[in-house]
Amino acid sequence: METIKNLSAKLASGETSAVALAQDSLAKIEATKNLNAYISVLNERALAKAAESDKRRAEGKSLGVLDGIPVAVKDNMCLEGTRTTAASKILDNFVAPYTATAIEKLEAAGAVIVGKTNMDEFAMGSSSETSYYGPVKNPLDETRVPGGSSGGSAVAVASGTVACALGSDTGGSIRQPAACTGVVGLKPTYGRVSRYGLLAYASSLDQIGPFGTTVADCATLLNAICGIDPHDNTTSTREPEDFGAKLDAGVKGKVIGVPKEYFADGLDPECKAAIENMLKKMEAEGATLKEVSLPHIGFAVSSYYIIATAEASSNLSRYDGVRYGYRSKEARKLFDLYAKSRSEGFGKEVQRRILLGSYVLSAGFYDAYYVQAQKVRRLITDDFNKAFESVDVIASPTMPGLPLKCGMNESDPMAVYLSDIYTVSLNLSGLPGVSVPCGMAGGLPVGLQWIGKPFQETDLLSVAAATEKLAK
Amino acid sequence: MSNYCPVIGLEIHCQLATKTKMFCGCEIEVNTTPNKHVCPVCLGMPGAMPVPNKKAVEYAIRLGLALNCEIDLNAMWTRKNYFYPDLPKGYQITQTGGLPVYDHPICKNGWLEIVKEDGTKKRVGITRIHMEEDAGKLIHDMSPTESHFDANRCGTPLCEIVTEPDIRSPEEAVLVLKKIKQTLEYTRVSNANMENGNMRCDGNISLRKSEDAPFGIRAEIKNLNSFTNLEKALYCEMNLQASTLDAGKEVEQCTKRYDPNADKTIVIRSKEDAHDYKYFPEPDMVRLVTDPAFVEEIRRTLPELPDARRKRFMDDFGVSEYDAMVLTEDRDVSEWYDTAAKNCKNGKVLANWVITELLAKVKELEGGLSALKIKPEDLCKLVNLIADNTINGKIAKTVFAEMFETGKDPEAIVKEKGLVQVTDTGAIEEVVRAVCAENAAQFAEFKAGKVALKGFLVGMTMRKSGGKANPGLVNQILDKLAKE
Repeated sequence: METIKNLSAKLASGETSAVALAQDSLAKIEATKNLNAYISVLNERALAKAAESDKRRAEGKSLGVLDGIPVAVKDNMCLEGTRTTAASKILDNFVAPYTATAIEKLEAAGAVIVGKTNMDEFAMGSSSETSYYGPVKNPLDETRVPGGSSGGSAVAVASGTVACALGSDTGGSIRQPAACTGVVGLKPTYGRVSRYGLLAYASSLDQIGPFGTTVADCATLLNAICGIDPHDNTTSTREPEDFGAKLDAGVKGKVIGVPKEYFADGLDPECKAAIENMLKKMEAEGATLKEVSLPHIGFAVSSYYIIATAEASSNLSRYDGVRYGYRSKEARKLFDLYAKSRSEGFGKEVQRRILLGSYVLSAGFYDAYYVQAQKVRRLITDDFNKAFESVDVIASPTMPGLPLKCGMNESDPMAVYLSDIYTVSLNLSGLPGVSVPCGMAGGLPVGLQWIGKPFQETDLLSVAAATEKLAK
Repeated sequence: MSNYCPVIGLEIHCQLATKTKMFCGCEIEVNTTPNKHVCPVCLGMPGAMPVPNKKAVEYAIRLGLALNCEIDLNAMWTRKNYFYPDLPKGYQITQTGGLPVYDHPICKNGWLEIVKEDGTKKRVGITRIHMEEDAGKLIHDMSPTESHFDANRCGTPLCEIVTEPDIRSPEEAVLVLKKIKQTLEYTRVSNANMENGNMRCDGNISLRKSEDAPFGIRAEIKNLNSFTNLEKALYCEMNLQASTLDAGKEVEQCTKRYDPNADKTIVIRSKEDAHDYKYFPEPDMVRLVTDPAFVEEIRRTLPELPDARRKRFMDDFGVSEYDAMVLTEDRDVSEWYDTAAKNCKNGKVLANWVITELLAKVKELEGGLSALKIKPEDLCKLVNLIADNTINGKIAKTVFAEMFETGKDPEAIVKEKGLVQVTDTGAIEEVVRAVCAENAAQFAEFKAGKVALKGFLVGMTMRKSGGKANPGLVNQILDKLAKE
């Protein structure tokens, strides 16, 4: 598998061209079509952009390390003039009239967008099976899911069609598929990357982030896409920094928090062993392990599913068949226009979550669910703040076990919801997290999730890079 | 019918006079090509996000300060969820929270003062002022089978002003609404035009047996778009509720509209059909944090408000409270008077001229005050001409009529037409003597004590002098001649 670093060096030396890289990427996409990682492939557009990149380079005006690098983006981010579906029938015919800030920044850095990747419909799922365009296949084991919801972006990287990709993470949707497919996936701190142009699932939890085969590549992508955006009122005013500045710093002297609740029952023993093995190696490198407690973490999944679905029920109201997207041909009355367009246009999982969200926001239930969930959210954030008083970084499994077997979203949705158990709390508290492969279990890679302090992605990636080195 | 005490509260929506929309940079323009001013944000496109318009926030704060409100430096945006084709996102961004913890409007706890007909003053509480966005418009007459959607109005900033239920009669309600309209105009926060809908009023009313009884069950009457309709609708609902209560029945809580032709209030929604708007904090925006220095800057630059101006007119120009109220009701009129009064020798007389002559004439003008040809400085001159005894009141009316038609300087008119008042006693006496000679019989009777004939003789003298004689002098001279 290639890295941005290598490809960029080849471009700089003239060993290859952006057009050649784009052609290569497009050919690999075609060759791995069976994995169903892409919804739209932007052949012509990508080749044109690649040609522009080569022209810039020839004129000595290269935009930097990303100029000419093929990148895939999740199909819930708008790219002007291209179809943007969020893997939903309701947006099957939707062509975005504007470009998401994160993609705009990538393109401004010279990256070549080769395609829009498959995902769980509206990012609702942890298996990439709820897509209107069919499930994404895990190249490592086709009987198991590639994780979700950004399964397409993870597989796009894991199968070598691109060196890096963008996904979005609402409850683990970057970290979890990264773990399932053996790549690196980073969810930045909430507010680090603009959400403008990202089709909102749960606005207070959603965050765009990178996938790569290396931690360094994730840092490179984050460098390109981060920053305050006048179009997104929730972006942080913090100055951007070089997130790859401490990749070689190692873990000597670092205090690693190990939450006792995370390594208790429910964690697959083989996965647990892989992670503990890595933590031992780190200890040997001079890191200190310290047990910490996150007493309210047991309520994270329920709190998450209340807040996420509440926001989703409102965020998805705009898909009503009135102005764009799918409109039922059966509708004769206004109510039918809504009911039929939405019933026919949304998949089952999306409908389930809209119903759940509407329910928790309804008069009479509001206090018991939504208000309570917000209190829990606060408590979980406090738990992390407290833990971070004595540790630099927190270690956790990314997933409770091996990637789930295909088809479980239908047969046992609760099991799928629970596979987010280690990831959702970071979205609730806004913290950055990165999943890095740390070993193997059952012949498949195991993801170790590092949790960082707010806006300390540089330190977080430093520990992740050390993990990467030790795992080799 | 028994006597009941009404309890009334108002909710007033007004469109803020910003150049651009509440959460995007689209221009606000009415009566233009449909969907001319739209973007991903106001069209509710997937992934688009709202960003607050700082000017709209400034206007809301200015209004809040003018209505004596506290400003919430950490206000919150919320979503009101409902489906309608004119609402692109399926929710309206507002500042109403449902629960107290999520209820942080930009302004709260204010008050205004009304002056009732008998001159007594009354304070009415302002519960809150919050910001929100307007919806678009559906057009149903473009096709027999389809409705069309115009998003130009989508996202236009609105303020909703909610009063406390402190109002005790429909007349008071009208005074409150007038005061709010006046405040909106003075602060230039809104055009506050009720006819074209950029200010709308809902009235809440309930009845109770006595002033100290607990509040009764209320009805809300939506969209009362004139002072008359507000008053009539409230009376109408009062009578209806009174007869319901008299019959021993309970008033049903509901939302109504008023049909002015039938003079009836009609139920739109009963309590059971009330929407569940599922309010919750808007997660696409952080809390609206306002710098206290920004609030102080707005406070410092607040324009003169109606109450202050009324007091100044009374103190500086000697105008009665009633006249001052009439003069300050409309901001433009008050400014017109203010300019005219600046160099005027008699502010009180000027006020009379403005109220009785000028405003009556302005009503006839199509463009209202802005179409008026008379300049304020010129009306000041006219009043000064009277004060100087250069012309008398009667001549002044002739001059005023010409000023209204032509916009000419009154001094020029007086000069041109030779209208200067005759104050030369000798000259007037000559005319009076001539009149008495011509009307010898009447003069004799007057002299004999028939005082009523004095008016006739004054009139004849004025006519003979072409109106130019000073009427006071004519009277004096007649009295003198009678004693001869």
